[in-house]
Formats: sequence, structure tokens, C-alpha cells
Amino acid sequence: MPAFGRLSRGKDLDGMSHASRGFHGRRRDPEGAEGRVPPGQYVTEDFPVLSAGPTPRTALDQWTFTVGQPGGAARSWTWQEMRALPSETVTADIHCVTRWSKLDTQWQAVSLDTLLAQVEHDAAYVLAYCDGGYTTNLPLEDLTGGQAWLAFGYDGEPLDPEHGGPARLLVPHLYFWKSAKWVRGLRLLDSGEPGFWETYGYHMYGDPWREQRYAGD
Amino acid sequence: MAGTAVRGRLTWQVATVGEVIDETPTVRTIELDVPDWAGHRAGQHLDVRLTAEDGYVAERSYSIASAPGEQVAITVQRIADGEVSPYLTTELRRGDQLELRGPVGGYFVWDAGGAVSPLVLVAGGSGIVPLRSILRHRQRSSSMVPARLLYSARSLPEVIYHDELGGYGAVAVTCTLTRRQPPGWAGHAGRVTPAMLAEVAWPTRQDPLAFVCGPTSFTEYAADGLVALGYPPHRVKTERFGGTGGP
Repeated sequence: MPAFGRLSRGKDLDGMSHASRGFHGRRRDPEGAEGRVPPGQYVTEDFPVLSAGPTPRTALDQWTFTVGQPGGAARSWTWQEMRALPSETVTADIHCVTRWSKLDTQWQAVSLDTLLAQVEHDAAYVLAYCDGGYTTNLPLEDLTGGQAWLAFGYDGEPLDPEHGGPARLLVPHLYFWKSAKWVRGLRLLDSGEPGFWETYGYHMYGDPWREQRYAGD
Repeated sequence: MAGTAVRGRLTWQVATVGEVIDETPTVRTIELDVPDWAGHRAGQHLDVRLTAEDGYVAERSYSIASAPGEQVAITVQRIADGEVSPYLTTELRRGDQLELRGPVGGYFVWDAGGAVSPLVLVAGGSGIVPLRSILRHRQRSSSMVPARLLYSARSLPEVIYHDELGGYGAVAVTCTLTRRQPPGWAGHAGRVTPAMLAEVAWPTRQDPLAFVCGPTSFTEYAADGLVALGYPPHRVKTERFGGTGGP
């Protein structure tokens, strides 16, 4: 019953509404936000940070990005090699599972289509892995077709370490924990394997429009 | 990175507000009677859902302030231009009902059972809330794990849980007041410094475990400071807000 969480919003199993006495709400989403804020989210102008540990700092001359299938072919890029690839400016709305959404964020990024095209594989899933030990899982089809990027810049500046620099994934159509900070590679897999937050009860897929915050949503 | 997966789906439940405790002029603890609460671990959080008469819904996450085995409680800081926190800290009263689901989160948690590593707890402002759950859990389970707390608040009246902070037995509590200090204040003044962190940090040879919770810049600074003292990053668990809890 994946849609149950949405249909039941504000109602119990018996269909009774649970209005909160004296609560009127006053969402003040900015102009032009209509239809762009998923259920249960609010718009923020800030750029909050969520990480489970200290911020890792990796020198660019130590940085590589690797895409490979265990036991199969792998391809690595140094920072210079990655930056020499075609890049683009991506404007996207982002949605964090802790309920903030930020509209029209601007990133400088290399499309994952460009990177994945250089690796021969037959994988259906990916586990992204990062400095600091963070991981997250995604279906491969969510990383291709112009939906996902390796982002190295934000608002025209190098990506701040707090926000995942030197480079992070950018997969804006899923909750933002899937856009792994400090990413160093993609492990190409035959089946879905839970990453860090997914192991702790967060949703395996994480579609904000279906409000897939936790396992079973 | 072995974790405890949440089994099944988290369903929304109706909770009834019990006692309401004003901790500071802008912070309130709300005790909640949740008939089917499955229990929680120290450090976890829960989601609150409010529904207006017209069906408009707002959801926020809050750290659980009580220890495992105690009645569920959250402590909420009022954010002046917020949408949910002013309601929870001013309008809500005993007997009211609200919807919640949880517990959520399995990384920023501490279990007394089997724990031996000394604890370093570092809180900024309302970042004390999940650490209070840990401290109460430690106390209630008669844990012998050594623990120290470094708590940064703006002023003495803004110290949350003021009256219970001295009552955690052998836990050394170090407080720094960043904006205003009362006459005769014997604690620290100003923002957390490397020296303050060194004062509370157990030597790394004791394999300590650190929990840091507070605003983003505070948490970044304190976590970096512990790493500079030799703490391995995986022994420094952080929770940054600015996103969690929300306005």
C-alpha cells in the first residue's frame, strides 16, 4: 500500500479527521512555489546541513572518482580528468527528508550519463560510497537520462565541504540524502543493497512526491 | 555500520498531551501519552503532524527528550517566525491531541547495555535535548560509563534542564555562556574553544565515543575540534539542526 501514507493524511484508519485544536497553519511558501513543494515539506531560503559525523576534507590531488562493478571493469577519474569532461549548470529544486525544500538551486556538474557511458556494465543498482564512510543506494535507471549529476560547484563557487565538496551526487528527484556528499565512487550492483540511512529505517527509494521517508512508506 | 532497521512501517498515532513544562522563556517540554508506543532508544526522534480545520497539514521532527522506558516527551524551542513551534510552545495544552509517529533514527543513539566507552556529550542550545535522553538513560540504567557534558547556551536563563543538569551523579557538566554571564559566574564564557573541548574530551586511548548536537556551525566546529584532538571521525556522532526540527 505505497500510497496509503498520502491518502491518510490528517485522517485515521476510521476516516476520522484529527484536527489539532487551535492550529491554523500559515505556510508561507514563496511566489512561484505552487506545485513544487512535495507533501510534508516547507520551503527554506537557508541551506541546512545534515551529516552523521565530522566533515571530511579531501585534497584535490588525492581525489578520484571510480565507477565499477565488483569483479568487473572499473573506471577512475582524477580531479583534473573529471573537470575536463563536459559540464553544465543545473537548476533544481531539492527536498530533504527532514522537511526543508530549497527551490532553484544552481549547481555546476558533470552528468552521470557522461561518466556511466565510459564504463561497460550490466548493473541495475548502484551503491554510492563516500569519504567518511557514508553510502546510499539508488536504482541505476534513476542515475541516467539526464536525472543525476556529479556536482562540484554551487552558485558558481567550488562546492563547500559542509555541503559535500569537493564533489557530491546530485539526484534532485529523490530525497536529498540520496545526493551523497563527499562521493568517491559508484559500486555497480545486480540488486539493491541498503546504504547508511536505509539501514537505519529510511526508505530504499525515497521519492519525495510519494513521501517515502521511512521503510514501508 | 551495522544498524537496527526499523521493522514494518511507522504508522501515525494519536497522542494526548500530558504535563507541559516551561524550561526557559522560549522552550517547553511536552509529555505525551502514546498508547501504542513501541519504545525508543536514547537519541532518537519522532515526527509530529498537525492538521488545521481546513485539512492543511504541517509535519516536523523533534528529538525525544525522555529516556527509554519513560513517558515520551519532546522539548521544543520556539522559533519566532515559525509555523509549528509557536503552536507547540504557546497554544498546546494538557489534554490536547496530536498525531505522531516514531521512533526514527538509529545512528545518533546510545544504548547503556554493554556500553563501556567513555562518553563525551557536546550540546549547543536546544542540541541538549537528545543528549538529555542519553544522560537520563545512563542514570536510570545505573550505567558506570564515565560521561562528561559540555553545554553551550547563550545565557543562564536559556539553559534548558537547568535544575537537573547537576543531578546526573558522576557526570561532569561544563557550561559556557556565549552572550551574557551572571555576576559571579564560575563557568566558561564565550563560544566553545579547543581548550574547552580538550577539558571534556577523554583521552583517545580510552576509546571514547562523542555525541555532538547543535546548530550547524556549532556542530561543525565541535566535531572538527574533536577530530583535531585525535578522535576518529566514526567515533564522533553528530546531529546538526537548522534542518531538523525546523521552524
